[in-house]
Amino acid sequence: MSVPLTLLGLLEREPSHGYDLKRDYDTFFGWGRALPFGQVYATLSRLARDGKVSAGRAEPGAGPDRKRYSITERGAADVDEWLRTPIEPEPHLQTQLFTKVILSLMLGRSARTYLDTQRAAHLERMRQLTELRRTAGSLDGLLADHGLFHLEADLRWIDLTEARLDAIAAAIDNDEEVQP
Amino acid sequence: MSISTLGREGSSTSGDPMVEGRVLVKSFGRTPALNGASVAVASGEILAVMGPSGSGKSTLLHCLAGIFTPDAGEVLFDGRRIDSLGENRRSELRRTDFGFVFQFGQLVPELTIEDNIALPMLLGGTARRDAYAAARSWLPRLGLDDLGGRRTGEVSGGEAQRVALARALVHQPKVLFADEPTGSLDSLTGEHVMELLVTLVREEYTTVVLVTHEARVAAYADRMVLVRDGKVTVAEPPAVRADPSVGVAAQPVGVARPHPPSAAR
Repeated sequence: MSVPLTLLGLLEREPSHGYDLKRDYDTFFGWGRALPFGQVYATLSRLARDGKVSAGRAEPGAGPDRKRYSITERGAADVDEWLRTPIEPEPHLQTQLFTKVILSLMLGRSARTYLDTQRAAHLERMRQLTELRRTAGSLDGLLADHGLFHLEADLRWIDLTEARLDAIAAAIDNDEEVQP
Repeated sequence: MSISTLGREGSSTSGDPMVEGRVLVKSFGRTPALNGASVAVASGEILAVMGPSGSGKSTLLHCLAGIFTPDAGEVLFDGRRIDSLGENRRSELRRTDFGFVFQFGQLVPELTIEDNIALPMLLGGTARRDAYAAARSWLPRLGLDDLGGRRTGEVSGGEAQRVALARALVHQPKVLFADEPTGSLDSLTGEHVMELLVTLVREEYTTVVLVTHEARVAAYADRMVLVRDGKVTVAEPPAVRADPSVGVAAQPVGVARPHPPSAAR
């Protein structure tokens, strides 16, 4: 799960202070584990150093959260590429698949195109593993089977998610309204 | 073409297609099933046609196999139009050049396994002796050595599907059309049938159109296409780069594992 790219994606939606960014991250991608403030600020300063975000002028007050961050063109290009690129198919991808779908919908990109690309990557990986299982010894075959079952589960999730994209987009909109 | 490109890999990208559908349209009453579907299957290639229920994938197979006539578009077999042929000619083509495996109900329950396998050849006019000799020669390839005299009702679902496979291949068709061939089997038995199917068609260099909604079955194919809303989308594998968010480097094709392969095989 890429925290820097996810934060960049959230910043593309709207410029934010670190606190708001953390809150949005925890709401959508936290999985019950809050992102520590320290990590948010460390990540933001690294992104600023690399020219992916720009920090606004420090606002009056105490504490570290006195700057409003905006995404730069370079940062937006990173997000764009990340969201279009399928994830290397391997077991236990659920949070990454989820993040890419949700961020794509949030940013008005085609989640369907991403899911199609990811499906093709998964199918190709399954084809490779099946070929391996047909030709390899039984131990490799056993491991290939494990990979195949997990990829198959991902594929089912991909199909189901694609069928429900409109409803998911609506749910994201509703969540946004609930927030202050 | 060099010898090294004559294998299956090369076959999928070179030469004329063995089976081709061009911009196929087919409706049943007011229900559109195919809406401009195009697909080409190279000689010797195993192509999986995937898609959700009702996407039109079975209709596509039926059109390519000359069972249905498309409302518009062309179907070519070995470079020749077959959609414009009369029913008799298409029927003959299906008997001689095509083989079929379906999910259910393809064997004649009153006949023995040997009879069932010999049937397509007998219908095609092959002498009885030759047809039965061919049928018997298939039994060991399918692991059915001792079952030739049984009736199909007396064997398991997996065995029956292997018989169906033999019956589809006994006359050495150029193309095998398989529509959910493992659909009625449990997953382990289904895997066994697919293993056998792939092994046999590679030995015979049969072109295969495999319709399935199961990714695990499609994964046996050389290539996959998706049918959606009556159109074919090519599921070309995109360039997968290692995602920067994944902590490990991109895995090679082989399965990563902590120990080298065991010496005892």
